[in-house]
Amino acid sequence: MINFELIFPELFLSLSIMFLLILGVFKKNSSKIIQNISLIVLLITAVIIFNETLGNEEIKLFNESIVIDYLSSFMKIITLLSAFLVLVISTSYLKAFKIFKIEYPILILSSVLGMMIMISSNDLIVFYMGLELQSLALYVLATFNRDQLKSSEAGLKYFVLSALSSGLLLYGCSLIYGFTGSTNFNVIASQLNANDYALTFGIVFVLVGLAFKISAVPFHMWAPDVYEGSPTSVTLFFTMVPKIAALTVFIRFLYVPFLDLIDQWQIILIFLSIASMLFGAIAAIGQTNLKRLVAYSSIGHVGYTLAGLATGTNDGIQSSIIYFTIYIIMNLGLFSCLLMMKRNNVYYENIEDLSGLSKNHPLLSLSLLIILFSLAGIPPLAGFFAKFYIFKSVLEQSMYFLAIVGLLSTVVAAFYYLRIIKIIYFDKEKEKYDIDHSMWLKFSLTVSTLIILFYFISPSQLIEVISKINVI
Amino acid sequence: MNFPILSSLILLPSIGALFLLFIRSEKSKRTVKYVSLFTSLVNFFLSIYLWILFDYKTSEFQFVEDRIWIENLINYKVGVDGISILFIILTTFITPLCIISVNNSIKDRLAEFLIAVLIMESFMIGVFCSLDLVVFYLFFEAGLIPMFLIIGIWGGSRRVYSAFKFFLYTLLGSVLMLVAIISIYWISGTTDITKLYELGIDVKYQNLLWLAFFSSFAVKTPMWPVHTWLPDAHVEAPTAGSVLLAAILLKMAGYGFIRFSLGLFPVASETFTPLIYSLSVIAIIFTSLIALMQEDMKKLIAYSSVAHMGFVTLGIFTIQQQGIEGSIIQMISHGLVSAALFLSVGVVYDRMHSRLINTYGGLVSIIPKYSVLFMIFVLASLGLPGTSGFIGEFLILMGAFKDNFLVAVVASVGVILGAAYILWMYKRVVFGKIINSDLKQMLDLNKSELFILSCLAIPILFFGFYPDPLINTIEVSINDLIKMYNLNLIDK
Repeated sequence: MINFELIFPELFLSLSIMFLLILGVFKKNSSKIIQNISLIVLLITAVIIFNETLGNEEIKLFNESIVIDYLSSFMKIITLLSAFLVLVISTSYLKAFKIFKIEYPILILSSVLGMMIMISSNDLIVFYMGLELQSLALYVLATFNRDQLKSSEAGLKYFVLSALSSGLLLYGCSLIYGFTGSTNFNVIASQLNANDYALTFGIVFVLVGLAFKISAVPFHMWAPDVYEGSPTSVTLFFTMVPKIAALTVFIRFLYVPFLDLIDQWQIILIFLSIASMLFGAIAAIGQTNLKRLVAYSSIGHVGYTLAGLATGTNDGIQSSIIYFTIYIIMNLGLFSCLLMMKRNNVYYENIEDLSGLSKNHPLLSLSLLIILFSLAGIPPLAGFFAKFYIFKSVLEQSMYFLAIVGLLSTVVAAFYYLRIIKIIYFDKEKEKYDIDHSMWLKFSLTVSTLIILFYFISPSQLIEVISKINVI
Repeated sequence: MNFPILSSLILLPSIGALFLLFIRSEKSKRTVKYVSLFTSLVNFFLSIYLWILFDYKTSEFQFVEDRIWIENLINYKVGVDGISILFIILTTFITPLCIISVNNSIKDRLAEFLIAVLIMESFMIGVFCSLDLVVFYLFFEAGLIPMFLIIGIWGGSRRVYSAFKFFLYTLLGSVLMLVAIISIYWISGTTDITKLYELGIDVKYQNLLWLAFFSSFAVKTPMWPVHTWLPDAHVEAPTAGSVLLAAILLKMAGYGFIRFSLGLFPVASETFTPLIYSLSVIAIIFTSLIALMQEDMKKLIAYSSVAHMGFVTLGIFTIQQQGIEGSIIQMISHGLVSAALFLSVGVVYDRMHSRLINTYGGLVSIIPKYSVLFMIFVLASLGLPGTSGFIGEFLILMGAFKDNFLVAVVASVGVILGAAYILWMYKRVVFGKIINSDLKQMLDLNKSELFILSCLAIPILFFGFYPDPLINTIEVSINDLIKMYNLNLIDK
């Protein structure tokens, strides 16, 4: 007998998507209603997960191909809440570009559904299914502003490269299946034979595919172009939500079936991490477009997250999740600022457009200042604590090289964050921006800034929540 | 639980800053100033009260507050002993003076400036009283943010370059310290300083950890050859910023050397003493020579700071009672003197908008009051007996002679050079003919300037004649520190 209430959130979400699609077809001008319903659906799903599964023991369903545990419930809630916030603050942006259409919320919902399946997957095939579901929705989202050349280019680029990485990933899955005889993570774990080098190849291929999805160096090439070309609200979605799911799969894939082969994948992860941290920091220096810069900075932050995963300990996993959670909050604040930079329905996204912002918009600049210093990891802001946990768990394993390179790249990264601050605070002012922002935009900026600023008062709360995650 | 006096000292300025945020500045400059002045004065009196309550017969940490901050990881622990209390008082003393001095120098965004200064004060006090390595690091690094803004927004023409240089240099130095702090946590299981003093740190790790801490402190001190950010930062920062930087920020590193390098890594400190000696001596001689060549008054004082801090590091690593006492008194004295010198330069800069020495000449006949006060500070800077500068340098050299004759002799030459560059500057600025006719319109000190400079002159002279209050406060703590240091050395 299968416990259907455990996958009720997924069922509810898919039924809602179908309902919304039908509603969109039959009712004219229904984008506003659909947007609101989608928001409610996301919230309800989050509440269901919070109530039904968050406290539960680990349970496996459908021949153990789906796993419901604390990790999956927590990550799903984060995914749903981030998607909710993205959706709610992007309304005015979409309206300005006249792309406020019914498909937008529906696509977001379906990609979220894909992510939820990924997060819960305990089987290579289920995981791949979820991955493709979310990717297909994301391709369309990237091209959503289809009248703009850049947006179409972004979508196409994303599609081609993503398809390539999916191919690699599938090839890796087939190798793993071939050498262990199963696609189920737990069965693979019991069938491991450390001397099978072909199995290592399989792991490497899957890791490459996953690294592509979270844009870790050297599989990051798509990120700057796609981030720049996509509509800003979609970029915001890209920088956070799909990465949450990919991060979860990363954790599960490495720590459930292949924990015993840590010697073989640890070095790959360390390489990915160091390369991402360094490259993200150095390449961001020369950027003039804020969205490109965010792309490189997110590559860097992924590097830090991977550093936590490379440790091979529960502490490391937890520190990665803490890091990413804090990163999401900072990112949300940063993009709220970006979405506020408009004059007469024209959005500005170059760094130069921030020039002298502090004269005309003191509060907005102050929030940006706090967010940027936090992204740079300067205490006492939340970003520092995120890095602190990561390096604490990295140093526990005596990985000094990784820690020192990571910290040195924070210094390089500090340079480009400081450059933005310099432009905001030290340079000549330009024209004022509009101040008639939606309530939600102001809300998300204020809340994220306050969380970042006052995180130090009680840092243990987030740790307490996350310390319940036990994968090993 | 007693009244948490140290936490109040840390928090009060920040609360004041929070208030300022809600006062819209453009119309109410007076209110903004009074609020910040009031906050910093309350803080000053609170710190004096702390000094009165302070029991200088023991080297135990006093007024300790210990709260769980991150479960099983970090405790928020603060406390003071004889070494740190003077720095706290220096901080709370200098800040109100800075706030009074902004009258003339800061024209726009006054509220933001004062917010930065007050937040800075919070962080600096935090540095001096934290008794946990992570808490220390937090405050130590956090100070970068307000200082970066002070230099960058209100600085001179090359402010962007200087602000970046300041920030990146110090950040680069500090990240290695963070690695060391986390490593200490894994090696010893705690970051609580008092516990670490008892436990000691395994000898085989000490050298590397010492170097990591050193990389941070050397940049902050600043020691030769990583001192180059200081002249840039000083020259471009507004007067109040230079004062904060010279008087308080530079002291964090000296304090760090005493508290952490000596306290936690005695074996490594012993190993690296020759390194510190050579760097200090080079700093003293080399930067004094550079200072001789400076055209810009602020730059000259900045280089003199490097030289004076060279004496401080020299004194600390003599591990003699006199040497360390001298270092602390030298730091306090340098805090007062360099603040006063920067303010004096600020006074003429506000009138003539030039910091170049050759703009001036013959000021004594135009602005006599200024010239007198300026002379006191110049003499204190070169360490004339009867000023606080003398006590510090004298004690340091005494300590140095006990430990290493050669180093002491060379350092003494530095004293002569120190007299040379600062007196020469004074001569060119204050005496001689009035070549520049614009100078004749200069007004003498106004009330607030007179007040600030006298406030600084009084303790400089007072402690010059009667240093007992300072020495009494630090004596027992240093004595016990040296005892503990030597015990640890014998153990290993």
